[in-house]
Amino acid sequence: MITRIFAVASTELRIARRNLWVLTASLIMLLFALALTFAGAAPTGALGVDLLTVSVASMTTLSVYLAPLLALMMAFDAIAGDVERGGLALMLTYPVSRGEVLLGKFLAHLGTLAFAMTLGFGTAGAAAVLTGGAGVESLIALARLMGTSVLLGGAFLALGYMVSALAKSATAAAGLSAGLWLVFVVLYDLSLLGAIVFDDGGFFTRSVFPWLLALNPADAFRLWNVAGAEGVALATGMTGAADALPAWVAPASLILWPPLALVLARGAFGRIEP
Amino acid sequence: MTDNTSRGGAVLKVETLCKSHGAAEVLRNVSLELQPGERVALLGHNGAGKTTLMKQILGLSTPNAGKITIAGSLPGSDAARKAVAYLPEAVAFHRALSGQEQLSLFARLAGEPQSVVAPLLERVGLADAAGRRIGTWSKGMRQRLGLAQVLLGRPRVALLDEPASGLDPISRHELYAIIGEMAAQGTALLISSHALTEVEARTDRIAILRRGELVANDTLAHLTQRAGLPIRLKLTARDNEAAELHAQVGGQRVNGASVELFCQPNEKMNRLARIAALGDLVADVEMAPPSLEDLYRQFSGEEHP
Repeated sequence: MITRIFAVASTELRIARRNLWVLTASLIMLLFALALTFAGAAPTGALGVDLLTVSVASMTTLSVYLAPLLALMMAFDAIAGDVERGGLALMLTYPVSRGEVLLGKFLAHLGTLAFAMTLGFGTAGAAAVLTGGAGVESLIALARLMGTSVLLGGAFLALGYMVSALAKSATAAAGLSAGLWLVFVVLYDLSLLGAIVFDDGGFFTRSVFPWLLALNPADAFRLWNVAGAEGVALATGMTGAADALPAWVAPASLILWPPLALVLARGAFGRIEP
Repeated sequence: MTDNTSRGGAVLKVETLCKSHGAAEVLRNVSLELQPGERVALLGHNGAGKTTLMKQILGLSTPNAGKITIAGSLPGSDAARKAVAYLPEAVAFHRALSGQEQLSLFARLAGEPQSVVAPLLERVGLADAAGRRIGTWSKGMRQRLGLAQVLLGRPRVALLDEPASGLDPISRHELYAIIGEMAAQGTALLISSHALTEVEARTDRIAILRRGELVANDTLAHLTQRAGLPIRLKLTARDNEAAELHAQVGGQRVNGASVELFCQPNEKMNRLARIAALGDLVADVEMAPPSLEDLYRQFSGEEHP
């Protein structure tokens, strides 16, 4: 079983490299992370924190948008594209299970994402350390940012596979993925915001809203990074919601999302007759 | 290497298989058996259910009724998937991979050692192209790679979906040489095609699907007998005396010089004796047995109103 998963994973990794996905993802991460770090160099003095802290705060906001986007862009073609090309039917006539195929792809794509994020955040972090200094706390915050970004990417990879398995074609899968991104990253927050304004500090705002926020992997990611570091919280202005929840909620949500989404993707994949 | 788990020695058994896509019945009560080493042609128009039947056997799709066993195992089980090989109609491998990489992935999935990859690529004539990306290959080359993966691990049953499409005559010849070798090693082969002329001489049995029903399943000789298609005789009259000839033997005048007759196989000698008795009146006799296309049309044709 392990050898078959690795056989699929190493092939997918090779494809990702040939398709220049590894390069593209790394470049995007690197450019945005560096740009944000140096754009964020200005307010350091005002907040009384080191440059790395500010940089991590900016990169957290960046990652909320970019990690799901990159993950979905890699994942949407994974199943629908293989079905269209006819390659999936042939592969599934071999003694390899659908779960093994899915896990193999997941490992390869997650590896690509992890590489791009470590490279991007790592370089930007190093630059911040060199020019503006850093402390133990901000270094831990940077490590947390990298780890949680990979988890967030993993959740959206799996969601992307699910959409890819549900869609009738790769083009439809691309459209659905865009919709998924919009809902999770933009519309979900907007509708919660609307509800808060309507509720005006009532029961919903105090007791329901923080939980709903933690339910969305993108927001759980934000909460975890904010709650983890005081400086980051200060810089992102998201302390309120983070304080209202027990400390374990956001990490639990973010850690549970990738496996749960993989189970959903496996379910959708199982319904396909290639 | 006989298998005792399946009755009657058949390595592939399909019993009263039915499959519907929504309201459309794609396969209706299809029963078919393949013995080890047997080459069976599966013929039918586009949409007759050939690919659907193969997908049920491969376990890619679940039938609504009926039963399939491959070397005693159910489709989709690990044992069945190890025993069966498949060549899809339009093989599309990943463009970014080289032939060698693609085949070694299949070898790893099949549990075969990597040492089998190079000889297989050599066998199908891809040794030189093996390192290049499949995206740069011709359709014929991709078809050969598809064939190479069929040869992986000496399958008990091989399903080839339109294997000859897109091949030039020489490659086609090589394809049938490989099919012959596989059969000699005991692999049962089901080869789909929509042209009988393509598979006739190279298969042991012919199965014909029409609108999801198996309407024929026999050797070519038996099918010819069963169809009872007439033999065509074309007589050329000496000195353009076709009118005279026509008066003597009947039939149809084709032009000023010849007459055309049809007769059943069992009347053939009788007819020829009578024609010979006409002596100088007949300059030439041409005899044409029913063509394979006629035979195929007889079984697979839709009834015209």
